[in-house]
Amino acid sequence: MTLVWLILIPFIGGLACWQAERFGDRAPRWIALATMVLELALVLALWIGADFRLPAEGATTAWTHEWRLDWIPRFGIQLHLAMDGLSLIMIALTGLLGAMAVVCSWREIVTRVGFFHLNLLWILGGVVGVFLAIDLFLFFLFWEMMLVPMYFLIALWGHSGSKGSSRIGAATKFFIYTQASGLMMLIAILGLVFAHHDATGVYTFAYADLLDTPLSASTAWWLMLGFFVAFAVKLPVVPLHGWLPDAHAQAPTAGSVDLAGILLKTAAYGMLRFALPLFPEASQAFAPVAMTLGLIGIFYGAILACGQQDLKRLIAYTSISHMGFVLIGIYAGTELALQGVVALMVAHAFSAAGLFIVSGQLYERLHTRDMRQMGGLWGRIHGLPGFALVFVAASLGLPGTANFVGEFMVMFGAFGVAPWIVVIGSVGLILAAIYSLFLMQRVYFGPPAEERSLGGMDRRETLLLLSVVALVIFFGLFPQPLLETTAGAMQVVQHSFHPTGAMTGGVQ
Amino acid sequence: MMPALLAISPLILVCLSVVGVMLSIAWRRNHALNAILSAVGLNAALLALLFGWTLGDVDVTALLVVDDLSRFGGVLVLVSTLACVTLAHHYLEGYEGPRDEFYLLLLSAAAGGLVLVSARHMATLFFGIELLSMPLFGMLAYTFRDRGALESGIKYMVLSAAATAFLLFGMALLYAVTGTLEFAALGDALATYGNDTWLLAGAGMMLVGLSFKLSIVPFHLWTPDVYQGGPGPATTFLATASKVAVFLVLLRLFQSALAFHENWWHDLLGFIALITMLVGNLLALTQTDLKRLLGYSSIAHFGYLLVALVVNEGLATETVGIYLVTYVVTTLGAFGVVTLVSSPYTATGGTADASPLHHYRGLFWRRPYLTAVMTVSLLSLAGIPFTAGFIGKFYIIAVGVEAHRWWLVGGVVLGSAIGLYYYLRVMVTLFLIEPGMQNRDATYDWAARAGGMVVLGVATLVIVLGLYPTPMINWVSWIAS
Repeated sequence: MTLVWLILIPFIGGLACWQAERFGDRAPRWIALATMVLELALVLALWIGADFRLPAEGATTAWTHEWRLDWIPRFGIQLHLAMDGLSLIMIALTGLLGAMAVVCSWREIVTRVGFFHLNLLWILGGVVGVFLAIDLFLFFLFWEMMLVPMYFLIALWGHSGSKGSSRIGAATKFFIYTQASGLMMLIAILGLVFAHHDATGVYTFAYADLLDTPLSASTAWWLMLGFFVAFAVKLPVVPLHGWLPDAHAQAPTAGSVDLAGILLKTAAYGMLRFALPLFPEASQAFAPVAMTLGLIGIFYGAILACGQQDLKRLIAYTSISHMGFVLIGIYAGTELALQGVVALMVAHAFSAAGLFIVSGQLYERLHTRDMRQMGGLWGRIHGLPGFALVFVAASLGLPGTANFVGEFMVMFGAFGVAPWIVVIGSVGLILAAIYSLFLMQRVYFGPPAEERSLGGMDRRETLLLLSVVALVIFFGLFPQPLLETTAGAMQVVQHSFHPTGAMTGGVQ
Repeated sequence: MMPALLAISPLILVCLSVVGVMLSIAWRRNHALNAILSAVGLNAALLALLFGWTLGDVDVTALLVVDDLSRFGGVLVLVSTLACVTLAHHYLEGYEGPRDEFYLLLLSAAAGGLVLVSARHMATLFFGIELLSMPLFGMLAYTFRDRGALESGIKYMVLSAAATAFLLFGMALLYAVTGTLEFAALGDALATYGNDTWLLAGAGMMLVGLSFKLSIVPFHLWTPDVYQGGPGPATTFLATASKVAVFLVLLRLFQSALAFHENWWHDLLGFIALITMLVGNLLALTQTDLKRLLGYSSIAHFGYLLVALVVNEGLATETVGIYLVTYVVTTLGAFGVVTLVSSPYTATGGTADASPLHHYRGLFWRRPYLTAVMTVSLLSLAGIPFTAGFIGKFYIIAVGVEAHRWWLVGGVVLGSAIGLYYYLRVMVTLFLIEPGMQNRDATYDWAARAGGMVVLGVATLVIVLGLYPTPMINWVSWIAS
């Protein structure tokens, strides 16, 4: 039942925020914050009380909590939620970033506060649903549903773009990209279900049952592609990334934090949970293509990041670059690489959230995101540039930050499988250093546009960024709790991907 | 004799209420009284229909058959008509001319719908379609001092007449070849005659005639104008009850007349389905008028629905049922809101209803719950999860995947992606504030009126069916089996 509450709390909290607007602007903010803290506390309680090791060697699932209820018996659809180490980490991340998103929009959002928090919390509720749903129908429902509040978030509270591109256009682009690719996944899900029905005579959408559906090689290939396209759009993988820079550039800070921190991770989660285990052979055959796409993403993102004038667009392109590493790690499929993917996802969530929060705070002071109008801010804002430096360092993967741990593990784990990919990919790390330094140089150093001091950070801002910095460094120095929690879940993925076990390498 | 009479008692009750309302008008013009009389008659018919379910399949002469499918269609027709009555009452309060006759027309059209869903003979098919369409001319042009309404009524009349001509010619050709007008006998005869040219011509002409009524591409040209100009309640009826009834008779024709089961027929129909969903969605993209936009969107939806007809095996009948239910509920919500915002009627001389999109700008900040209804309806039309529309779209895609009709499935996906663009545009308009725009509001007490309650109920139903569709699925799959 706890799992159901994890999903319901944000939805109920959101409705409460909407109704609380009549008591003034502060009420919805506090309710939203309390909701997310409650969510986080609930996850942490589950974390402390649970054992995430595999029940037995070769087990196909490692659920620590499970809940199910018949829903649409006609097609064997159940409300089926389950949690393992991976989903727990992701939900904890959702709770944490959700709380941060609430805090960082404390000043920024001044109109229709209640309705804003309704949308914000409903996104988070949908995301938690994605991480918990184990029935493919239910998973798809949450996958699509979370788009609607995100659309409103960008369309109603977004910034209009620098070059006349409208926020509504960006929101619509985001929605159409993800919805259309989602329908591809729906087709693939239905194809899988009907294949299972042909083989066994039973309609079911249950993950465990569909895992061992007998599929012909070509069918499996097409169905796998259906899943991959949906996840690739959300991750995003390069030819399908068109929505991301616009969405990030126009979204309010809270929207960007959620988008980069959590929504992109649902795609990686979907690959780990569904695309690989459901179609292991097809995925293996597809792995070189996927890794090449990852490689292209690393370079494309990094190079385009160097050329951006808009601060948030720059960060958006760095996200594409980082997600390239995630894609390589996932399709390398060794346990070390998969563990690295988890570490990198968490690390990127923190560093990207940090960077977006910083750029939001800059926007509140300067009312522009154009880097040409910045410069020389180091001396004009007290505190903020220091934080920015930490996040930039994390983003380029400096040792001591969580990003380094993730990238290093991904590279190390993938080397045995695809050495050339890793060799070329590590050049991308240099590009990361280049765009990071560009960012620092253009925004904080150089001649200042004017001498006037812009005012320091207040307690809320300092506390918020300080906690992100603490997390980045904590997981950089001591990633073990993270890795222990997801080890079981990652072993399951790795077993299905390399059934012989020949490729296991590294931490056990 | 008795079971037959009981079985068609809903039809009889609706016809009796027509007579009752007519007498009541002759006695005294009382708008509220006549609206209530109509609602009572429709409710009685609905009850009779539900109680009649225990009778099983009943043949009423060679002309009508009352089975699960026709009762299902009857429920949809009666419920939509009821919603139209409640909406019309509020709408017509502002109309200065005679208001009461609208209910007469509405009830007659509903009777036509009931005949149509039970038809198993060309004679009743024709009779039903005419009884459904004739009152609609009057309803669409009811507020005839507005140019829009008058134009809409005349357009519908002319094109309807053309469609009827096609229909009759088709029937005549079929009769000339086979010598029978009964669906079942026609199906047998078609199987023996095979690919006779005259037969195919007849079947094709009938398909053209029915496509006019369903506004399937390329016979859709009347739809946007008629939707835009017609008074809200009349458009609502046209979009729901009328289309459902015609589609169900098409389904029955398909199931019994085997000539349609040949492969190239399916390919042709598949092609029509594909262009219908694409054209409907593409033309809706640039609309700045909500009622026109909904008209194009309904064209697209019937394109999706045709997929089930093309497949015509496995889940197909169930899909038609589910999709019709979700479509009717959703469309009632969308048009209900449009009608409420346009109520009470005010004469403008042009198009009286609040149909330009800018009338709806920022509606959320003035009428939040009404906008919530509209948002839910639009989301459902777009097929977003947790609304009824998604269940319908799920079925359509499932039926296409099951039959390996990949082109059609691809068309549905493409159509939905295009469709999102304009549904989202309307949706975001509801939430935007732009000072100084001319806009219209529903009256303050809209939620306390019958029409408002119906619309709220419909929106709740959209959500409930999206969250827990099991009862609906069980009901429809029982009907389809």
